[in-house]
Amino acid sequence: MELVEAIILSVLSASTPLLIAATGELVTERSGVLNLGVEGMMIVGAACGFAGAWLTGSIFIGALFGIIAGMLMSLIFALMALGLAVNQVATGLALTIFGIGLSGLIGAGFVGERIAPAIHLYIPGLTDIPLIGRVLFGQDAFVYFSIALIIAVWWFLYRTRAGLILRACGDNHVSAHALGYPVLRIRTFAVMFGGACAGLAGAYLPLAYTPFFVPGMTAGRGWIALALVVFSSWRPGRLVVGAYLFGAVTILQLHAQGWGVGIPSQFMSALPYLATIIVLVLLSRARTGGSTAPAALGTVFVPDR
Amino acid sequence: MRLVLEKRTERSHAIALISPMIAIGLTIVTMTILFAILGKNPLLALQAYFIAPLTDGYSLQEIAVKATPLVMIAIGLSLCYLANAWNIGAEGQFLVGAVAGSWIAVKTQGTDAGAWVLPAMFVLAAAAGALYALIPAICKVRFGASEILTSLMLVYVADLLLDYLVRGPWRDPNGFNFPTTADFDPVATVPLLIEGGRLHLGSIIALLVVAAAAILLGRTIKGFEIRVVGAAPRAARFGGFNANQLIILTFAVSGALAGLAGIIEVAGPIGHLQPGISPGYGFTAIIVAFLGRLNPLGILIAGLFLALTFIGGEQAQIAMKIPLDVTKVFQGILLFYVLACDSLILYRFKLVFPNRQVARGAG
Repeated sequence: MELVEAIILSVLSASTPLLIAATGELVTERSGVLNLGVEGMMIVGAACGFAGAWLTGSIFIGALFGIIAGMLMSLIFALMALGLAVNQVATGLALTIFGIGLSGLIGAGFVGERIAPAIHLYIPGLTDIPLIGRVLFGQDAFVYFSIALIIAVWWFLYRTRAGLILRACGDNHVSAHALGYPVLRIRTFAVMFGGACAGLAGAYLPLAYTPFFVPGMTAGRGWIALALVVFSSWRPGRLVVGAYLFGAVTILQLHAQGWGVGIPSQFMSALPYLATIIVLVLLSRARTGGSTAPAALGTVFVPDR
Repeated sequence: MRLVLEKRTERSHAIALISPMIAIGLTIVTMTILFAILGKNPLLALQAYFIAPLTDGYSLQEIAVKATPLVMIAIGLSLCYLANAWNIGAEGQFLVGAVAGSWIAVKTQGTDAGAWVLPAMFVLAAAAGALYALIPAICKVRFGASEILTSLMLVYVADLLLDYLVRGPWRDPNGFNFPTTADFDPVATVPLLIEGGRLHLGSIIALLVVAAAAILLGRTIKGFEIRVVGAAPRAARFGGFNANQLIILTFAVSGALAGLAGIIEVAGPIGHLQPGISPGYGFTAIIVAFLGRLNPLGILIAGLFLALTFIGGEQAQIAMKIPLDVTKVFQGILLFYVLACDSLILYRFKLVFPNRQVARGAG
């Protein structure tokens, strides 16, 4: 039983950065912008988050540093893709290449340093309940925050007027513009929200997942988050399912190595990436009757005054 | 005050030619500021980066050696991008090509095999790269799965495959437990062009690839189809061009070139298979392709320029203790500026001041 509990705990922990980053990207894409720079924003968030926490000794300030770093990165993207109408795919790639270098530069001084990771919640009584206690009431703050975040995003997108306008920008920017909505400004906010989430998701890795910083520690999680948005068909509810499913695949891979399964560790490590491909293929195949993606996703919009 | 883009009625050809130059200029200005922030003398740093590698024969050869894989991969990628197919997994195709070609080298090690070994390695590497690139292409054409994400996921898979082979079945028993194969036999090694130098046959192959691409794009129907499908998909449909077929074709060619570059790198400058055979060639080649304006000759020049930044980065690290990651930051910034300047080709930038706008509206 303890093993089951340990696995569930580690699945939640592995899923959280995916869920946070994918939530941000979901909002960005719902506004019609495809930002492929999630990996770049995450990795800079990881370096800045660790730097912040190491310098101040506070996990909270570290997380804040990660969020700000992600937002600044996303502003570069917004300036390029929205301000200058540059191809979004190419700009996103540039953001990732730039981010990997920048994160190495920022993090160089912190390799080998350690911090005390984010503490896990402990409520006497509740956390002690067997089986569900630690799973429900014993996580770190990021896990609860990620769940609150996706609920808030769902409520925003489907229950508020602002959310409706944001979705309208993603489905038909010409009409949204004609109705007088500031499409580019709305998209800029959506991109910045995505950046903040990616930065926080990156910061989660050195602040709560492992207590140290390694260059390249995001290891493609930003790209998996992008795939998760496709997996979710751009819907918050399915995003939660997808994120936990992928967290489970990641953990399965780690535990299988521990159990001494006779498969080389590299093949097990390849599982999350292979799973991503298979999921993408199955989903795209199932969705033959027209795509559910926001109709204006990834298209350039230059308002005529 | 805000920036407004105005669509040009015609593409500006003058700007198309000078925009990469503007981008490089802006990048150097930005780098100067970055060096100053890092507390290094910007002039000395720029000298170490861009001038020092050009002043001795050894470094010049190194630039050609580094440019070889970049140019080969970027030529393939440019075909994909022209056809509006987003292959960004060239790094994985490079690694798989290196692995497949190395298989022959490892199997024939010490067997006195003939001169067929190296050509066979090239063919197998190109085939493996092409097949690897076909996975995302077919997933895209058959199932509509995003080729961007699938080709990228396969980079991580290729990396792990390489890691497994050199740590497991192919590890050199006399290699002091280092994850590497034994050094390749002379028949499995790319010949050098200058005795005792570093320049090798691969650079000639890269030049041939550039020439072939220039002919394909400029002189053949297929090249025309590729450009039309990318630039005007609707017109291409009316013209009866099959976009899916072109996705498959450009991905296969691009994968084959990346795979070939992979085996040339391993059987040439490195001499054996080991992890970390690529300092991100597959990703840097994306920058090369854009900086070269998706044009074969442009890519050749852009490839040499980015090779210069790799060598310059190493020299700056040795001479001035500037971290190696600065090179990647530099490359990322360069790509931003290249893309931003490209925007000038299609649009006029105008700064609009709200009060003047009102005045104009009244008039």
